[in-house]
Amino acid sequence: MSAPVPELRDVPGPSALGGGWRRSAELLYVIAVNDFKKTYFGTALGYLWSLARPLMLFGVLLAVFTQVFRVGSEVPHYPVLLLFNIVLFGFFQEATVMAVHSIVSQEAVVRKTQFPRLVIPLAVVLTAFFNLVLNLVVVFIFVLAFGVTPLWTWLLFPVILVLLVTITTAVSMIVASLYPRFRDVSIIWMVFSTVLFYATPVLYPVERVPQTLRDIIMLNPLAPLFILARKWIIDPGAPSPSAAAGSSLDLLAPIALFAATCLFAVWIFRREAPRIAEQL
Amino acid sequence: MANPTILDDDIGPELAVGRRPAADAPVVIDVRNVHKVFRIPEQRIDTLKERVTHPLSRLSYRELAALKDISFDVRQGEFFGIAGRNGSGKSTLLKIMASIYRQDAGRVRMAGRVAPFIELGVGFNPELTARENCVLNGVLMGLTLREARRRLEAVLDFAELGEFVDLKLKNYSSGMMVRLAFAVMVQADADIMLIDEVLAVGDAAFAQKCNDVFHARRAAGKTVVLVTHDMTTVQELCDRAMLVHDGELVYIGDTEQTAMEYYRLNFAPVRSEEDGKEAVATVNARLIEANLRDEAGQAIENVEEGVPILLDALFEAAREIDNPIFVVQVLNVDGLIVFGFTRTLDARLVPGLRVRLAGEIENRLVPGRYHIDCWIRHHRERGDLAVQGLRLRDFVVYGTGSRRGVVSLSNSVMPALEESPGR
Repeated sequence: MSAPVPELRDVPGPSALGGGWRRSAELLYVIAVNDFKKTYFGTALGYLWSLARPLMLFGVLLAVFTQVFRVGSEVPHYPVLLLFNIVLFGFFQEATVMAVHSIVSQEAVVRKTQFPRLVIPLAVVLTAFFNLVLNLVVVFIFVLAFGVTPLWTWLLFPVILVLLVTITTAVSMIVASLYPRFRDVSIIWMVFSTVLFYATPVLYPVERVPQTLRDIIMLNPLAPLFILARKWIIDPGAPSPSAAAGSSLDLLAPIALFAATCLFAVWIFRREAPRIAEQL
Repeated sequence: MANPTILDDDIGPELAVGRRPAADAPVVIDVRNVHKVFRIPEQRIDTLKERVTHPLSRLSYRELAALKDISFDVRQGEFFGIAGRNGSGKSTLLKIMASIYRQDAGRVRMAGRVAPFIELGVGFNPELTARENCVLNGVLMGLTLREARRRLEAVLDFAELGEFVDLKLKNYSSGMMVRLAFAVMVQADADIMLIDEVLAVGDAAFAQKCNDVFHARRAAGKTVVLVTHDMTTVQELCDRAMLVHDGELVYIGDTEQTAMEYYRLNFAPVRSEEDGKEAVATVNARLIEANLRDEAGQAIENVEEGVPILLDALFEAAREIDNPIFVVQVLNVDGLIVFGFTRTLDARLVPGLRVRLAGEIENRLVPGRYHIDCWIRHHRERGDLAVQGLRLRDFVVYGTGSRRGVVSLSNSVMPALEESPGR
């Protein structure tokens, strides 16, 4: 009367990728697409709103740093550099800040369905990434409009994107898995991400930072990415990451931190995932 | 094509025989020695700050054993009930089977695709349309994206949403939302369905629809595990059931017996009820105490079905009454007077004098909640409704018999084959 019975198998239990890669990938896709639709078709102006934020910030900062502090006027293509950096850092900040609450806000799903936990922070990063790609289109229009000559190194930009997405994902996993247990992570992360904003060469060109301060900034794994992005996309004459750090050897610190963050993210998420449902 | 043993739901649980799956059907759920302990921090450390500022203070936990050494198996095509009251651990067990919680010890094995239904409409997003939510929810319930899309039209048809399928969910009525959620669940079509009191929501018509679907599932050889605290559901739907109490398996087997054990555990113990129960003053008399007793004269809270009710109430007169009349009524939970009787005391009551009203009442009540009221009045006050009634007792009649109607009466009605002249 019925189909042949499949074999008895141990239930997998809750985990980061419970249910397998395929299911995780599909869930990730469905959730991210829906989030994206919600952002862009949910309001009358849709996409314009999400573009308005970086553009406003850009306008204000541009006025401050070219009219008040005059830093900008000595840096080639400062306005486009500023916009470019703000969009890149905006992605990192948006994704990680959203990730903090992500698991708790998906409580129903976590507690009531068999759901691979990792999908939740990943969906946040993916949604932010869609946003980034759209914003980058606008940025590149600006880049060309401001008279930056196209360079062959533009083709290397995906490398930067991959690294940026990797570190963003790692940080998102860490904050998302800690928040259900330690609720002050949200406040700590708000402050810390602001610190990171200033500790990354977003507003200023790295060569203008005094050496002692620059040693600190160059510990930040995000810093080499932004320096590289500037050199490859906007100004080939800008210092390379190793020049900014002093020597190639000095780059080992941010690279090690980058790797450590990623490994820590995997470790903590795997550790927390099975019990997250019980802590909500 | 019609199978005479499956007529319809109205024939009642006692008569719906012959639906139990074969005892040699393969085992599809195998649970062995499952333990689960929840660690509840005595002093909850919620912030990193606290953790950092008191790094050496050991966290003290209160251990709550939610499940203790649970073992059972379910065969293919079975409709299996897990019964127990709130906090007994039954939902935890279901969540372990559904891979939402992880057991601390023991082994759980299942065969085939499993879909948990802990709640209807999990993950529904009010900002999305019914269409989009259907796909999303389907994937959450364990379908692949392709399957979810393929079943989309069927789900929308089943939900009978008509022209509203492209409306955002936030504009839906709650009824439409439930219909949609249920449709998704039905179409999820897993080999094993784990269901947690989904039947509790919705109106009678919805519950009926649920039942229809469950019957269809069973007919298709699917396995269903249902967690509930409603014994009627267990008796009407399940082939077999188990009772969990305080994390321990109390009984497994026959559904009637499971229900009986459940009632014994939850209603039979005598609880002292002296605390705070004040005698109610009325115009004519006040109640000192009212008890139901068993044959040994022991006070009981509730009555087993079919067992005579021994009423024992003590009143104190509050004013002079000549030949007082005691009007006793038993009402069910709907406020319907199931029966009543009147007794007269040929005496003159004066304030302070006590009267005991006691005796046996035949018990033909169907299982359910009841209360006994009593009015005491002058013989001459017939029809005077201004006299306040006294609530003597609330009680439960527990048992596994049919809950249809208000009373169960014995009868000797039997069907028999008749020689028909045409043959």
